[in-house]
Amino acid sequence: MLSFNTLVAVCLLYVMGLFLVAFAADRSAARDKRRLLSSPLIYTLSLSVYCTAWTFYGAVGYAARSGLEFVTIYLGPTLVMIGWWWFLRKLVRVGRAQRVTSIADLLSSRYGKSNLLGVIVTLSAVIGTTPYIALQLQSVTLAFSVFARDRSAGWNVPDLDATALWVAGGLALFTILFGTRNLDVNERHHGVVTAIAVEAVVKLVALLAVGVFVVWGIGGGPANIAQTVDEAMRATPKDAWTITGGRWVGLTFLSAAAFLTLPRMFHVLVVENPGERQLAVASWAFPAYLFLMSLFVLPIAVVGLGTLPAGENPDLFVLTIPLHFDQDGLAMLSFLGGFSSATSMVIVASIALATMVSNHVIMPIWLSIRPKEATVSGDVRQVLLAARRLSIIGVLVLGYLYFRMSGGGTALAAIGMISFTGVAQVLPAMAGGLLWRGASRNGAAAGLITGFVVWAYTLFLPSFGDAGLMSAGFLAEGPFGIAWLKPQALFGVSGLDPVVHAVFWSMILNSFAFIGVSLMSFPGPLERLQGAQFVNVLDHTHQTHGGVFPAAVAEDLLVMAQRTMGADAAQNLFQTQARAQGKEGYLPDTTPDFIARLERALSGSVGAATAHAMIAQIMGGATVSVDDLMAVADETQQMLVYSSQLEEKQKELTSTARQLSAANEKLTQLSIQKDAFLSQISHELRTPMTSIRAFSEILRDGGAKDAQAAEQHASIIHDEALRLTRLLDDLLDLSVLEHGQVQLNPQREVLSKVLDRAVAATQSLIVAEDLRIHRDHAREQIVIATDTDRLAQVFINLIANAAKYGDAKYKRLTIRVSVRDGVLRLDFVDNGSGIPTESQAMIFEKFARLTDNAAAGGAGLGLAICREIMDRLGGAITYLPGQRGAAFRVTLPLEKIPHHGWN
Amino acid sequence: MTKQVLVIEDEPNIVAAISFILSRDGWTVGTHTNGETAVQAVLDAKPDALILDVMLPGRSGYDILQDLRAHDVTRRLPVLMLTARGQRTDREQAERLGVNRFMTKPFSNAEVVETLNELLPG
Repeated sequence: MLSFNTLVAVCLLYVMGLFLVAFAADRSAARDKRRLLSSPLIYTLSLSVYCTAWTFYGAVGYAARSGLEFVTIYLGPTLVMIGWWWFLRKLVRVGRAQRVTSIADLLSSRYGKSNLLGVIVTLSAVIGTTPYIALQLQSVTLAFSVFARDRSAGWNVPDLDATALWVAGGLALFTILFGTRNLDVNERHHGVVTAIAVEAVVKLVALLAVGVFVVWGIGGGPANIAQTVDEAMRATPKDAWTITGGRWVGLTFLSAAAFLTLPRMFHVLVVENPGERQLAVASWAFPAYLFLMSLFVLPIAVVGLGTLPAGENPDLFVLTIPLHFDQDGLAMLSFLGGFSSATSMVIVASIALATMVSNHVIMPIWLSIRPKEATVSGDVRQVLLAARRLSIIGVLVLGYLYFRMSGGGTALAAIGMISFTGVAQVLPAMAGGLLWRGASRNGAAAGLITGFVVWAYTLFLPSFGDAGLMSAGFLAEGPFGIAWLKPQALFGVSGLDPVVHAVFWSMILNSFAFIGVSLMSFPGPLERLQGAQFVNVLDHTHQTHGGVFPAAVAEDLLVMAQRTMGADAAQNLFQTQARAQGKEGYLPDTTPDFIARLERALSGSVGAATAHAMIAQIMGGATVSVDDLMAVADETQQMLVYSSQLEEKQKELTSTARQLSAANEKLTQLSIQKDAFLSQISHELRTPMTSIRAFSEILRDGGAKDAQAAEQHASIIHDEALRLTRLLDDLLDLSVLEHGQVQLNPQREVLSKVLDRAVAATQSLIVAEDLRIHRDHAREQIVIATDTDRLAQVFINLIANAAKYGDAKYKRLTIRVSVRDGVLRLDFVDNGSGIPTESQAMIFEKFARLTDNAAAGGAGLGLAICREIMDRLGGAITYLPGQRGAAFRVTLPLEKIPHHGWN
Repeated sequence: MTKQVLVIEDEPNIVAAISFILSRDGWTVGTHTNGETAVQAVLDAKPDALILDVMLPGRSGYDILQDLRAHDVTRRLPVLMLTARGQRTDREQAERLGVNRFMTKPFSNAEVVETLNELLPG
């Protein structure tokens, strides 16, 4: 007869035993005797946290209700261990290379050390795991209640909730003691893992013992049991035990996905993994363990159904059968097996969750609210440990509260399936991140959020039933009567089991969102780097990077590392790295390679995103180390940049060469022009000089006998002297105009007066050549504000040209004035034969006199001077073709000239 | 029989000056002002000597000289070139084309007469 006190005493003894085991394991780990601890056996057994109280108790209940379907729970992990061995190896390799601390850290690290993803995964893990923890508490409580009911006389268990509270508290204590004893850079907990392994043995032995008792003690041997099972199969209603393909595939997939993505499974599988050798052994040993765990499930269920009174909860057959047959010792062992299953799950799950919560939620917040120096001067280790411990307590409190709220109403298996489906949403982002370089942070976030929303809508919220957020009408009709939005028949897909339905839609929409958004978004540099490291982890050889950071920060980094990893580990790392660089002491050069190693080492304690942020704070600037890493890693990119820079340079040189060539051509042209000009000047000066000299010599030698001829000779000398003077004047004028030394005297004057002055100045020539000038005085009443003396000079030139070069019998010059678009326009058109088209282009050039009429007196500089003057005044002078006679157009902008108000 | 000289020059005052000094020395002076018709004028006038300006309207003195040297009749005609462009390249070009004498404006009257008399002794 078991008394309550005995039961509690045995429990306490058992827990104390676990404490001892854990303590001893931690001690020997500290003494570096890790051979046993790192054995494949312990690793394999630690994987048994997969088998929780749900599996221990619930599998039998599952079998009693649904026949062989319970096998799917074992089938999924078995297929993963055998079939997806290569993927597990990749996962483990990545986990070790990147010092991954949790599944949230894995995703955060893979997708550019994004803390957003870390937070999403953490929150979803908490939501998905909390019911599961509640489930474990419930199973322990139920187990107690079974003993209480059967042995009510000697029992005094007034409050089952109190039992749960005590269990939760004890688990919190154990977890805090052994889960947060140290902050190992590898985030491994030898004590916990060893205790879990012991528990794995206990639950296996317990289940096997019950099984053996049932088969040989009650059932009368395997043959009879087989017959009983066969009978039971026929006896049960057809649809209950029928194996449907869709459900089998769905549930097997679900348990396989959960095996990879459950936070606690990831923790034992990847984080606590001692090496790939252990994984290799586990790949066959763990399926074997699962086989043994499942071996007696069906017999126990069938015998329980056959021997126990109707209405007995099949979930507790493992306990109630031994009790029914008064096998107290066996019942005790069975109880301990269930207790082991529950506690190991809660311990590992709370460690995994606490790591996630502290690294992805608490530490980032702490880092952001603390000043920058805190990373160096503050004791991060203490903060981190406190955060871990608080998180563990928080996780267990949440589980306890959920247990109290839900009231233990739902069948155990149902809760397990809901949790599985929730955490499985991480699978696309995780598998995609390891296999597909194109997977992006935005895609992962989109997939995760989509998956969780669909999961919550189709499975999680409806699971609360009427009492929850969704009314019966909502479930039956859909929101606002929209049928295709019915939570359990989305898009009109009805007739599916709710779990399979939820798995189907959540995974499909999740994957679509993940792939779609990944394809549409371009990953950032850090994402691409991490993506490459994750996807190619198996053929990744460590590269040495060039480039050194400013060395001044090495000491700060050491101080920070000591506070985070512990003094010994940090000094060890720094010394090793310094030695590898060929340096004495503890301060290596802060090369990108060293920074990357340090970051990975720190990741082991605080997670990738936080480690990255901590180093970035010291290095100054959030991306300083990464930028350099990228610069070196992405050498191709660099080459492209250099090549484009070279191309740019080449273009520059080509353009410079072209400019030089153009300048050279211009200079050559100028030189030729200068020679031509000098030659012209020489000619124009020497010609009158020749006449003057010749006739002065004639005069000196006695002169002409004829008085008239003598007088003519003298006047030639006089005329040629004047011609010389004019030429010199023109040359000076042109030189002044061309070289910008001209002084303009702007003044306001009516245009007609300027023209009057020009006509007056050329009066003698006009009379001599008999030129008639036609003007329209009314149109000339325009006020202009410019250097009117210079403008008059232009007019004089044009009038004189018409007088001198006009070849009509009756010379006539028409001066037309107009204003077009704010520009004053004067056309000087004579009635001569005009200027030949081929010569029009050059008449404004210097010495471009066209006629051989040297007596006209000009040196061919007049129009050149006119052009310079108009240029100075802001206007222009052009030849106007098609006017029959020679025609020149003078234009001058009027814009700034007021029409009124001048004096 | 007086010696005949043809002056091809477009500047009227210079033509007047040369005509005066050569007439005074006993030459018969003919004048022509257009470059284009100059060669024909020489062939028509058949002068004993030629005074040729370089810068002429229509055609340059160099071109005229080249044509004259190509003609049998005028191959040995004594030619005195006068130019206002006194650069060395001008003289070189004239000598290459077979000029007899080359003078730069402004010239000395006496020198022109002397040179012509040298070219036609007797």
